[in-house]
Amino acid sequence: MNLVFVLLLVAAAIAGAVRGDIKAVGQGAFDGASQGVTLAIGLIGVMALWLGLMRIAEKAGLVEKLARAARPIFRPLFPSIPDGHPAISAMLLNIAANMMGLGNAATPFGIKAMEELEKLNPTPGTATNAQVLFLAINTASLQLVPTTVIALRASARSTDPAGILLPTLVATFCALTVAIVSAKLLERVWK
Amino acid sequence: MRHAVEIASSWILIALLVGIPLHGWVKGVKVYEAFVEGAKEGFNVAVRIIPFLVAILSAVGAFRGAGAMDALAKVLAPITGPLGLPAEVLPMALVRPLSGSGALGLLGNIFATPGLGPDSYAGRLGSVLQGSTETTFYVLSVYCGSVGIVRYRHALAAGLLADFTGLTASVLIARMLWA
Repeated sequence: MNLVFVLLLVAAAIAGAVRGDIKAVGQGAFDGASQGVTLAIGLIGVMALWLGLMRIAEKAGLVEKLARAARPIFRPLFPSIPDGHPAISAMLLNIAANMMGLGNAATPFGIKAMEELEKLNPTPGTATNAQVLFLAINTASLQLVPTTVIALRASARSTDPAGILLPTLVATFCALTVAIVSAKLLERVWK
Repeated sequence: MRHAVEIASSWILIALLVGIPLHGWVKGVKVYEAFVEGAKEGFNVAVRIIPFLVAILSAVGAFRGAGAMDALAKVLAPITGPLGLPAEVLPMALVRPLSGSGALGLLGNIFATPGLGPDSYAGRLGSVLQGSTETTFYVLSVYCGSVGIVRYRHALAAGLLADFTGLTASVLIARMLWA
């Protein structure tokens, strides 16, 4: 990440200098910075809502029940997580919300999952294998039906707005497979 | 199809929104108190991820503002064009891991460009690409930021490999179906 950060900034400065528009580099950085704050602040409402609901579900024993039910799917992928751990239900809810395209609920569940996984982390500040695998799954776009794209196509008067559905699913599946396999393989390389 | 999916999603949302408190109440949980207790965390989490988002988005903002993306696209276009990734879609593919809204905006541009449109090769490829790749940098910043993780280990590599696979698969499928 350190390298990416420096590379982006240096490339920006060089490109700005070459194009003779160095002002745009600073402006872009400022715009990005305030965009970051706006995004984070915008998350507060949905975060609070879903974390509140999660707490109710936890106290009612629903979270643990869900985790036990999902155990067979998650155990081979996440062998380090104890049975019935709330991390499993949070990950399950995150993945389910992503598949349904409920992006707004997926993020709070995902953050909750990261928090629960962090409780099992012996080296805080460094991602565990389980966390990396969970992140990798999230970086493969899991949405079953890309509603935003279909809506945009429809509004651009496409004759077949949903025609991209199956191709998208196939491409997503390829990306997900590579995400899981590479997370599993690279965990031995990247200590 | 889209409407059916949207309606189903809305119902699932309502089922969770109503079902969780109702189930808790039946189980004897003090639902209001539990909700408020959990919700309190929402603000802290949002504040915790601010520095992570500012770091990546300001760097991405500078990079895009400088026109470095366009320069990179110009260099790569002669190579990717013959492979089935035309110059119109290449900038979108490059922006996708960095900015979801940016990529969606570029897709909108492809749709609006006379001679391209949503049913052109570029339009269809862009659509599949948008749906099968994710804003890897945003996902990593938000999720790692929320728990204070600064060393991502192989998460970035795995995420970018997934994005690259999504891109490659999109191009291969588009070439097969629509070229």
